[in-house]
Amino acid sequence: MLAKRIIPCLDIKDGMTVKGVKFVELKTVGDPVELAAAYADQGADELVFLDITASHEGRKTFVDLVHRIARHINIPFTVGGGISELSDAEALLNAGADKISINSSAVRNPQLIDDMAKNFGSQFVVVAIDAKKEETGNEWAVTVNGGRIFTEKRLFSWAREAEQRGAGEILFTSMDHDGVKQGFANEALAQLSDDLSIPIIASGGAGNMQHFKDAFEIGKADAALAASVFHYNEISVPDLKTYLRSEGIVVR
Amino acid sequence: MTKQNIVIIKYNAGNIRSVNNALLRLEQEGEITADPEKIIKADKVIFPGVGEASTTMKHLNETGLADLIKTLTQPVLGICLGMQLMGSQSEEGDVNCLGIFDEKVKKFQLPDPNPQNLKIPQMGWNQITDLKSDLFDASLEGKYVYFVHSYYVALGNDTAATTNYIHPYSSALQRDNFFATQFHPEKSGPVGEKILKNFLKL
Repeated sequence: MLAKRIIPCLDIKDGMTVKGVKFVELKTVGDPVELAAAYADQGADELVFLDITASHEGRKTFVDLVHRIARHINIPFTVGGGISELSDAEALLNAGADKISINSSAVRNPQLIDDMAKNFGSQFVVVAIDAKKEETGNEWAVTVNGGRIFTEKRLFSWAREAEQRGAGEILFTSMDHDGVKQGFANEALAQLSDDLSIPIIASGGAGNMQHFKDAFEIGKADAALAASVFHYNEISVPDLKTYLRSEGIVVR
Repeated sequence: MTKQNIVIIKYNAGNIRSVNNALLRLEQEGEITADPEKIIKADKVIFPGVGEASTTMKHLNETGLADLIKTLTQPVLGICLGMQLMGSQSEEGDVNCLGIFDEKVKKFQLPDPNPQNLKIPQMGWNQITDLKSDLFDASLEGKYVYFVHSYYVALGNDTAATTNYIHPYSSALQRDNFFATQFHPEKSGPVGEKILKNFLKL
C-alpha cells in the first residue's frame, strides 16, 4: 500500500537553515545538507527547502545549495520560495530539484501553474497555499507574503483551480495553526482531500505525534509536513513512524 | 566496484541528472549522451525519463534512438517513463512504444467509490513484492521505493516486481538484457541504491 509521507521542512536563509515561529523571529539551527542527510537517514520520506532569502546574491547561493543537496541526498526533495518565472524553476530543475513549490507568484499569476506544468510536468509543480479561516462561515482566505497580505481568493476554489491548471500536489498551510502546535487544520484538509484528486500535504500545527495521526485519519492528508518539532528534536522521525505504524497507519 | 562505462541516454525528458547523482554516490559516473557510438559501446545503458509518452516517442523515432535502443545487447535499465516507453503501447497520447516488453501502458482509474481517497498520480513510497529478477535480491522483498506516475504497466510475462496501487501492476519488468523499474531507484534511499548496485553488477 502507498505509505503516508512524513516531510521535514527546512527554511533556508543565505544558505543556512532557519525556522520562523509564526513566520517571524528567525533562529539559525544548522547546515542544510547535513540536516537533510540526517533526516534522510532517519527515514524522512521527502524534504522541502524553502528559500526565504530576498537578495539576488542569496538566490544564487540557494541554487548552489540545491546542487549540493541533489548530489548528496537520496530521497526526493521540493524547493520553494521566490519562484516567480519559468527561468527560476528551470534553474532549480537543472540544479537537481525533484519538485518546486510556488505560492504568492501563483496567486498573482495563476497562468504560471499552467506554464510550469506544461514545460516541466505536473509532477514537478507543488502549489503551496497559506490560508486563514474567516471569522464566520466555512471559508478560508488565501494569504500571500508569508501570511501578511490577504487576497480575494478562497482556499477550496483556489485549490481546485490550481489542480485544473496542472498542479501535481497541494501543500496547504493553515496560518491559524502554524507555530501553535495544537494540531493540523484537519477539517479543511479533509475537504481538500475529498474535493481534489491530487495529493494533499498538510502543513502547520504539528506539536505531538497524535497530530500526525489525526492529519492522516481525520484530515485524510497524503503527507504531513513539519519543521520545528523535528529541528528541535521534540519528535524524531523514527519514533513518529513507529508510533504511526502501531496506530495502524501505513508508513515506510 | 571498478569503474564502468555507463551511458545515460539523453533525450527530451526531464530529471536525467538525478540518475547521475545517484551513480556518483555509488562512486560511478554516467555519461549523459545521445551519441549512438557511445551508447553501443557502453557497459551499461540507463534509459531514464520524466515526461509525456507520445511526444517522447516521436522524438526517439525521429532521432533514430528508438531503433538503437531495441537492438542493444548490454544490460539496459529503463526508469519510470523509460520503462513505459519500453512497453508495447501506451494510452498516454495513444502511441506505439518500443515493444521490448509485451505489456501495455494504461492510465490509472480511481475506484468508485474511493473510500481511501486514493489520488492520481500515485506519488510516494510503496512496496515491491514477488521479485523475480537479478535486479533484486531476497533482502528487497516488500521494501518501499519511490513512485510518481499516472500511467502503469499491467501484469504480464515480463513482470519482475509487483506493486499494489488501486490494483496490482508491474513495478519492474525484465526480458533478457532489458530491465526496467516504474519507481525511481535514484530517489529511493538505501533500497534504491541496492537496486542500482545490483544492476551495475550484472
